[in-house]
Amino acid sequence: MFSIIIQIALICISLSMLGLVYRLIKGPSTPDRVVALDAIGINLIALIALLSISLDTSAYLEAILLLAIVSFIGTTAFSKFLEKEDIIEHDRNL
Amino acid sequence: MKTNDLILQTVTKVAAFVIILFSLSIFLGGHYSPGGGFVGGLMTSSAIILLLLAYDLKTVAGILPVDYKLFIASGLLLSVLTASGSLLFGVPLMTHAFTYVDLPLLGHISLHTAVLFDLGVYLVVVGVTMTIIQTIGESE
Repeated sequence: MFSIIIQIALICISLSMLGLVYRLIKGPSTPDRVVALDAIGINLIALIALLSISLDTSAYLEAILLLAIVSFIGTTAFSKFLEKEDIIEHDRNL
Repeated sequence: MKTNDLILQTVTKVAAFVIILFSLSIFLGGHYSPGGGFVGGLMTSSAIILLLLAYDLKTVAGILPVDYKLFIASGLLLSVLTASGSLLFGVPLMTHAFTYVDLPLLGHISLHTAVLFDLGVYLVVVGVTMTIIQTIGESE
């Protein structure tokens, strides 16, 4: 019973990711694509969490935290590129 | 137009320390759980990259006044010394040793020379990543 619930949740997350991939390909503007990519990262975290429940292991917990950090830094870098055209500035107060 | 990064900078002040603590956790736990020197080094450099995104090269060079090329050299030296130190005891190259000690605060823990080798890997990964990022960021 419990494994069926986990599998239904996995399928729902996969369908949600499919919708986000559609937004990623079709998205008219670049900010749409960046937000879609960020949400795909969050869904990937949910997917790994459900997979680690279904495989009955705690070995993937580091990967979840790591993916959250990397996704945040990636979105920040994309946003800064869209805002300033310059990801790492030499001197901010110039 | 002058933009204001107050929210990003305030989040970075909290998040950078959490990321560095997480990287130390997966570096030290590499023997018993997933992780190790490579992922730990990448997480540490991503914390520094977050600082670079929120601030700029000059400010981060003021916070961390280090030459990352020295990190590569000292990491390689540490790994080579750990690997060749076993020759002093008449055993083959890269033979590691461990012992159990009772430390006052940490209790009964095992000290393994593989941690020193991993520390070399950690330093090389941090050095290489930060050298690449800084070199690309500085070019006009």
